Amino acid sequence: MDRVDFYDESQLVAFTLDGEEYAINIHYVQEINRLLNITRVPKAPFYVEGVINLRGNVVPVIDLRKRFSLSPRETTDRTRIIIVKVKDITVGIIVDGVSEVIGLANGNIEPPPGLQGSLEQEFIYGVGKIDERLLILINIEKVLAIESVEDKE
Amino acid sequence: MDMSQYLDMFLEESREHLQTLNQKILELEDNPHNVAVLDEIFRSAHTLKGMSATMGFEGIAELTHEMENVLSNLRGSPSAVTTKVVDLLFKCLDSLENMVDAIVSGGDNKGNGEELIQLLRLAGTGELDREEKKVKKIIEPKENLTKILQEEEERENQQNEELLASFNINQYDLTILREADRKQLQAYHINVQLDASCVMKAARTFMVFRNLEEAGEIIKSVPTAQELEEEKFDRTFQVVVVTPDSKEEVIKTLESIAEVEVLSITDINIDEVQTQKGQELSKDEFLDNAVAVEEKLEVVHIEDKRDSQKQEIKTATGKETVKKTKISPTVRVDIERLDNLMNLVGELVISKTRLEQISTTSDLAELNETIEHIDRITTDLQTVVMKVRMVPIEQVFNRFPRMVRDLAKELGKEINLIIEGKETELDRTVIDEIGDPLVHLIRNAIDHGVEQPEVRRQMNKPVEAVLRLVAKHEGNNVVIEVEDDGRGIDAGKLKNKAIQKGLITAKEAEQLDEQGAVNLIWMAGFTTAEQVSDISGRGVGLDAVRTKIESLSGSVEIETQINKGTKFKIRLPLTLAIIQALLVNVGDEIYAIPLGAIDETTSIEQGHIKKVQNQEVVLLRGQVLPLVRLDQVLEVPRAGTHTEELYVVVVRKGEKKAGLIVDSLIGQQEIVIKSPGKLLQGICGIAGAAILGNGQVSLILDVGTLL
Repeated sequence: MDRVDFYDESQLVAFTLDGEEYAINIHYVQEINRLLNITRVPKAPFYVEGVINLRGNVVPVIDLRKRFSLSPRETTDRTRIIIVKVKDITVGIIVDGVSEVIGLANGNIEPPPGLQGSLEQEFIYGVGKIDERLLILINIEKVLAIESVEDKE
Repeated sequence: MDMSQYLDMFLEESREHLQTLNQKILELEDNPHNVAVLDEIFRSAHTLKGMSATMGFEGIAELTHEMENVLSNLRGSPSAVTTKVVDLLFKCLDSLENMVDAIVSGGDNKGNGEELIQLLRLAGTGELDREEKKVKKIIEPKENLTKILQEEEERENQQNEELLASFNINQYDLTILREADRKQLQAYHINVQLDASCVMKAARTFMVFRNLEEAGEIIKSVPTAQELEEEKFDRTFQVVVVTPDSKEEVIKTLESIAEVEVLSITDINIDEVQTQKGQELSKDEFLDNAVAVEEKLEVVHIEDKRDSQKQEIKTATGKETVKKTKISPTVRVDIERLDNLMNLVGELVISKTRLEQISTTSDLAELNETIEHIDRITTDLQTVVMKVRMVPIEQVFNRFPRMVRDLAKELGKEINLIIEGKETELDRTVIDEIGDPLVHLIRNAIDHGVEQPEVRRQMNKPVEAVLRLVAKHEGNNVVIEVEDDGRGIDAGKLKNKAIQKGLITAKEAEQLDEQGAVNLIWMAGFTTAEQVSDISGRGVGLDAVRTKIESLSGSVEIETQINKGTKFKIRLPLTLAIIQALLVNVGDEIYAIPLGAIDETTSIEQGHIKKVQNQEVVLLRGQVLPLVRLDQVLEVPRAGTHTEELYVVVVRKGEKKAGLIVDSLIGQQEIVIKSPGKLLQGICGIAGAAILGNGQVSLILDVGTLL
């Protein structure tokens, strides 16, 4: 997350998932879509929901609830797909809802608390404080298992 | 000056020139008297030298320069075109290729350039044949190398010094001058000066040389071309040219180059030169050179006339002395842009299909007409774009003559390589991939297929074996055949070998028919070669060949007859981007099966399914057909149970067949293959994704992995 350190303030996209607030750096975010028609891909990793047609491009979609081992939930009209692009890999991630784009001073980022419990530690790199709100900052490369993708090549 | 922007162009052009050189030197070996070929070699080598020197790749420039020296010797005496010299030239080309490759990975790799340069110098002095021992010494023990090289260099230097003591016109030059005189061509001595502010002197001199060579023939330059390229001169240099142009014209061509000025231009009077030299050519010497010179001048002459009366001259001379390659106007385009264009056309095809669907539910005649029109246009557009991506298979075939020659020599076999249909076009992506498998098949044919000459003689076969490489269109496919007239494949031998290697059991072997036995050759780890050689026989080969071809959605078959020969027949699709597919329903999901893999579709009764070793099979026209339940393999969630009647899509991959059980058939459709993204690469059973007319994504089944 080198990029974050360069700026005094990071621009983040905040979203909700199972009642908690998460955020990813806006640099990764390409666009935010309503839920599209998803085609299931057999034998894909369990957290891959399928592929979507994003204006003529086939893009895989990850269910972040499954990835974070959270309980599944029916989709609502607030459910969104955030299209992120990391190292030339474009992926959609399904979240419960997107709240806002928010600026976070780097001084307000704290290392992840040891006792996170519900979320696998490797996926988060810190917790951001904005007044009373706490944002879980996720490490998107780990979430997408980019390293294992690169190993394959 | 920043050269990096020219690097790509340089690399590409260098490779082209190397390819030409390879080809032409082969031709030269067959026909040492063909001056036109030699000239073409010369031209390519010279351009390569000029380019690399300008780009600052000294290693390449030096080596090509030495090659040029050797070549110019060959110009004088066709009899000097020996196998050794040709071998050496080929080695140089290999080395040059390596150097060019090294540039890609960064750096000016000299490779074994130094060594080759020394050998070339030996060849240049005509000592390659005579001093074979010495050459061998140079190649083998490294310790002796430096010493011998030093000796050689000293001798070389001495010769050079003698030669360049003054503006020395040697006997060969003199003969050219005399011939020129006879043909009423003008010989000029030109004094050229470069602008004081000129930064890239080498580039300017190169342009001067190039322009002069277009108009005529450069006989000599002071300082030498090499020194000029290394910018080892102040601002002026001198050249002697023979040309049909007038002085004014020469000045004009030269001064059209920026920063170049002609200080003086004087006629050279042959008689003066002779008296100045104070020696007369002996008659013999004159005759020796005359032939070569005659031809050389003819080239100049003809090229000159061609400008005014092209056709006439060609028919009049009736000779093929001037055989310039025809250059059609082309544009180099980044392959990525073409891919982009292809993608966009793909989008259009998808939208078109969508429109067609809409039109089926409406009665608007106007709409239908328009859609028909769009349909025609998109089909045309698609063909055009596909054509743009097509490259002649020549690109791949071109390297084979050289390879076959080298291999044949190495193995002491005589082989006549016949190439047919090299203008056949294939998609660029396929071209890039097909090279290696072909190399493999050709190596196999030469190593295993073709017998030694003695054996062939005993068998009353022509000593020279024929290896045919044929490319042609067959429907929507391109077929490439590699055929030899060698010993053929002995099915019995193959069986024994396979049993011996534990690849099959004796019982399995018994059941195999002839073709089945021959197909054992595709199994991994299989080789019949008694000895592992450099060329083939390690048993990693043919299965890799087949895998590669299948990954290109192609197939390969063998036809063989003992003592008559073997033919490998490769079938490849014209393009990989847009295919015809059959859409099927499995549960609620839609999958696409490439039409090329489908044999037929049929329906069977649930009750007819039998089990053999826990594998569901059905008898289809007396043949046992293994069944694959797609819903199970693809883990499709389903509510209801199977109906009594089942739809079966019979697919084939090579020799293997299977029936895929689906819920219903939707229909045939043109689909654009898309990658499902890096994240999902390598998922078993899925070859890609396609977007359907309704915007939904459908997955394309990889039939090969389902069997």
